[in-house]
Amino acid sequence: MEKLTVVNGVGVPLRRSSVDTDQIIPAVFLKRVTRTGFEDALFYSWRRDPNFVLNQPEYRDKGRILVTGPDFGIGSSREHAVWALKDYGFRVVICSRFADIFYGNTAKNGVLAAVMPQESVELLWKLLEQEPGREMTVDLVQRTVNCGDVTLPFEVNDYTRWRLMNGYDDIDLTLQHEDAIAAYEAKRAECFPFKPKTLPALHEPERPISSARPVGGGDWFGPMGA
Amino acid sequence: MGGTLAEKVWADHLVRHVSDGAPDLIYIDLMLMHEVTSPQAFEGLRLAGRKPRHTDLLIATEDHNTPTIDIDKPNPDEVSAKQLTTLEKNCKEFGVRLHPLGDADQGIVHAFAPNLGLTQPGMTIVCGDSHTSTHGAFGALAFGIGTSEVEHVMATQTLSLKPFKTMAVNVEGKLPKGVSAKDVILAIIAKIGIGGGQGYVIEYRGEAIRSLSMDARMTICNMSIEAGARAGMIAPDETTFEYLKGRPHAPKGEMWDQAVAYWKTLRTDDDAVFDAEVTIDAAELAPYVTWGTNPGQGAPITASVPDPAAIADVAERESTVAALDYMGLKPGTPIKSIPVDTVFIGSCTNGRIEDLRAAASVMKGHHKADSIHRVLVVPASSRARLQAEREGLDKIFTDFGAEWRNAGCSMCLGMNQDKMMPGERSISTSNRNFQGRQGKGSRTHLASPLVAAATAIRGTISGPADL
Ligand code: SF4
Repeated sequence: MEKLTVVNGVGVPLRRSSVDTDQIIPAVFLKRVTRTGFEDALFYSWRRDPNFVLNQPEYRDKGRILVTGPDFGIGSSREHAVWALKDYGFRVVICSRFADIFYGNTAKNGVLAAVMPQESVELLWKLLEQEPGREMTVDLVQRTVNCGDVTLPFEVNDYTRWRLMNGYDDIDLTLQHEDAIAAYEAKRAECFPFKPKTLPALHEPERPISSARPVGGGDWFGPMGA
Repeated sequence: MGGTLAEKVWADHLVRHVSDGAPDLIYIDLMLMHEVTSPQAFEGLRLAGRKPRHTDLLIATEDHNTPTIDIDKPNPDEVSAKQLTTLEKNCKEFGVRLHPLGDADQGIVHAFAPNLGLTQPGMTIVCGDSHTSTHGAFGALAFGIGTSEVEHVMATQTLSLKPFKTMAVNVEGKLPKGVSAKDVILAIIAKIGIGGGQGYVIEYRGEAIRSLSMDARMTICNMSIEAGARAGMIAPDETTFEYLKGRPHAPKGEMWDQAVAYWKTLRTDDDAVFDAEVTIDAAELAPYVTWGTNPGQGAPITASVPDPAAIADVAERESTVAALDYMGLKPGTPIKSIPVDTVFIGSCTNGRIEDLRAAASVMKGHHKADSIHRVLVVPASSRARLQAEREGLDKIFTDFGAEWRNAGCSMCLGMNQDKMMPGERSISTSNRNFQGRQGKGSRTHLASPLVAAATAIRGTISGPADL
């Protein structure tokens, strides 16, 4: 995963609190088969409103750092919420309090959830609104946010910071123990030589399958009618 | 102190264990895949430029989105069709073995692997599907995982996990006639509740469990998740070995002997201690039917729909009121007086060959009641379908007025065309009676194949004893 140390980019003030994951991405997009390409689904219903912040020319398709009100990411655990933010271009979300599951999902996908007091968030909102489209800097090494002349500290736990700075995802972390996996596999081959493999494929003798045909009418609309 | 079955299987898969509170790294022997929860995992691998570590420990099939009629025609649902072609493309690109619709080994992900002999005692088996617990019937540790974890398993063949707690459910004594595995598990869930197994691996034990066939054991373990448990297990024995012997992927010759010797060690030691223990007297069990909107809201078929006014616990009373309202049932209604519209026999819970035989044994020589709109019989796997046809069961079903379909999940979740209408009432051999599960506004009563078949004959909920 892409390493995250310093992020420079347009800060977007989202003056809302308790933003749930249904607002971040509605359930209908869960039918998709990809993990990327969710940028159009982000804040889907809010973006129908021309006054929504991401519809302003200064922010549209430029936002990199989202500054939002408390309790961001509550509700359903869908990892799609983080995918949508990331696909849109956001690498950092700043908030005074994140929902647990959302918080966990961010780091899994290389997105920083930076925690700072609500007063700091208010100050950032003011600065960003004074000069829409203004760039700000989030420095994960120093744990600071810089906007104009103002520098503010933020919190992030050491383990998450270490993972993000190194660009580790869960798979990378596990692969650090590849020796242990390889050692287990050697032991497994020796102690359990009878464990099944799916390849090469073994079958019972083949017999053709024919399609079932419909039986009965297709005009049933249930006891309550159509 | 000795260990439990679950602890032994865990220990035999430990890749890495540290004592600083970090999770264990567990080796995964087999991952089953299907079209719905795999696309993002494949995409993740592709984006990271990774390859599966062991394609020979992965296998895929098509089940959730597949039609059960006209399988030789294009899929009428475009979104479903896209998910299916995506799976096919991914499997081809990454070298994963796939049994697509139309293949004799295709079927519901939890039915096709046991058929092939890929599900064996002492294995760790995962799948992006909560009913992976089914495979625990062989004494495997099998559980459902999320899409990120599917990707993790493909890339590393391991999972980072904290050990589960262990629970014993002892079903003592002999099962009365007409009481099947489905009744046992519905009774267990009604007793311990839908959250009763949270955080546990349940091991089913006792004389009644030992007497069950493999198909019946799979029915029990399948619904462990409906009690909130991560997995269910049954220690392997002669019944297990008998089932496996000669299956395409079962060990052969000397390997077989070596495997059986190991499998025989997979039992809970006499002095092992479970974190929790529940005992049920088999003699007191009866055919069970659910009246509500979760699998724990069930009762013996001879009982009546509960009266919320008689329930002391406020939360339980309110959930009962809501359930009866949704189900369109009055308190105190005898369960046997409830008329149904549709009968569904199938799913990974009760769509195996023995389930089909059980339903056919009741239906033989009868015709469905006029008031029953449709009877769908959907085998869990194409192998079960072929076997049933060899035995002439399909003829019994069609003579009965039932529709004989191709294998798949079908009306268990209504992701394909097999949906129920608003207000329509079914008796279903599947595993979830949640609101809208079988179609928007649908009302589901869960039951065994015997009860479903008897209900199809009489039109109102009935057991074989009522015929
Ligand atoms: S039959 Fe139902 S429960 Fe089983 S895998 Fe299919 S959808 Fe899930």
